[in-house]
Amino acid sequence: MISPTFDVVIAGAGIVGAACAAEFAQAGLRVAVVEPSPIGGGATAAGMGHIVVMDDSEAQFALTHYSQQLWNNLLPSLPDDVQFQRSGTLWIAEDDDEMAEVHRKYAYFTARGVPVEVLDSPSLAQAEPNLSPTLAGGLLNPGDSVLYPPCAARFLLETAQRSHAVLFLANRVQSLSGQSTTLDDGTTLSSAFSINATGTWAPSLTPGWNVRKRKGHLIITDRYPGFVRHQLVELGYLKSAHANQSDSVAFNVQPRPNGQILLGSSRQFGDDSSTIDSAILDRMIARALHFMPSLANLAAIRSWTGFRAATPDKLPLIGPCPENPSLLLATGHEGLGITTSLATARLLADHVLGRTPAIPASPYLPSRSYQEVIHA
Amino acid sequence: MPDMLTISINGSPVLVPQGASVAVALLSHQIFAFRRSIRGEPRGPVCGMGVCFECRVTIDDIPHRLACQTSCAQGMEVQTDAP
Repeated sequence: MISPTFDVVIAGAGIVGAACAAEFAQAGLRVAVVEPSPIGGGATAAGMGHIVVMDDSEAQFALTHYSQQLWNNLLPSLPDDVQFQRSGTLWIAEDDDEMAEVHRKYAYFTARGVPVEVLDSPSLAQAEPNLSPTLAGGLLNPGDSVLYPPCAARFLLETAQRSHAVLFLANRVQSLSGQSTTLDDGTTLSSAFSINATGTWAPSLTPGWNVRKRKGHLIITDRYPGFVRHQLVELGYLKSAHANQSDSVAFNVQPRPNGQILLGSSRQFGDDSSTIDSAILDRMIARALHFMPSLANLAAIRSWTGFRAATPDKLPLIGPCPENPSLLLATGHEGLGITTSLATARLLADHVLGRTPAIPASPYLPSRSYQEVIHA
Repeated sequence: MPDMLTISINGSPVLVPQGASVAVALLSHQIFAFRRSIRGEPRGPVCGMGVCFECRVTIDDIPHRLACQTSCAQGMEVQTDAP
């Protein structure tokens, strides 16, 4: 028997595929990465690049918190163009009901060793003078950060290359069976494992998995240094991010290191066209002006759309396919792929190398939804 | 002789003809660097028709307004050289 050329073949060089490449190559494995388009050119390039610890389920907390630690470990080696900035996240409460949620989150994070701070209305106004003065307060998580995702993906891929990973660029995976990967140009790569890290395209290579496109819009403004100081997210964002069916918008604004302001966000199922939906863009802007009226004075210079890879239970698919243990999935990260890319890669490497993972891997295993797949 | 307006450019009052754009007012006062690029290089108007966005200045405390598309008004305060 001929031994395989690679230990791992990775389909996709978005942030998740690039993180997997770096992780496996640095562990000494022989890695190949296949990407037809620019590095980090899909959902990676479309998103905000918010490294955020989330608390809407224990599994989501564990993955985002662990991943944030892994980003922190990488900090000394991140190049300048990754634009890492510890901007913190300020979760904004509109009213007393949402302040109750602020206190619940405070207790949740504090109990898990994440330092957070409750801001009342005057402290919020002081922290973010351009917010509407009528807001009730907020929760500050100073440990959250932002970065520029396409450059982060490129950096991770370069890290993999320094550990001898081989890139097959401008080439597309046609089929992926775990131990054999066929590319569009006819090349066949043999490997012990393969990883499907193709985001929303994952079901076209590995049929049967429920990963849907969830469209989003973003706007970027000209440079207004100091106008916004933290990543600001309305607490109602959680409701909108959770509503699995209807179109929704939420106030979500981010200061870029160069003074530009990134403004989101929208979530839509069932619209696979990348064109701007002006009705939802109008709703998004109206929502933003409700929280930050003086945004109306700023000049927007560009808006665009992207597609999140969404799963029904809001958790990514990380691990082997139940029917094919050499085929690993790394998709379904929805709006948290930049944050959770590093933990995804580490969990997969732990699985392949037989190491005990730092957090339980079971909530993210594809087998959790296997029943749903075979009955579909 | 056209009617004249007074505007302020970087804090100094200047006379400009009514109907002049802010870009014309600046150029006629020998100001060619309207703003700074992200790397600190000087930038000035290129297209003169609202397309290139190189002529942005701060007008009445609102940054990034297009000098070529804004008419001068009595008492207007223009700041150049913003990053």
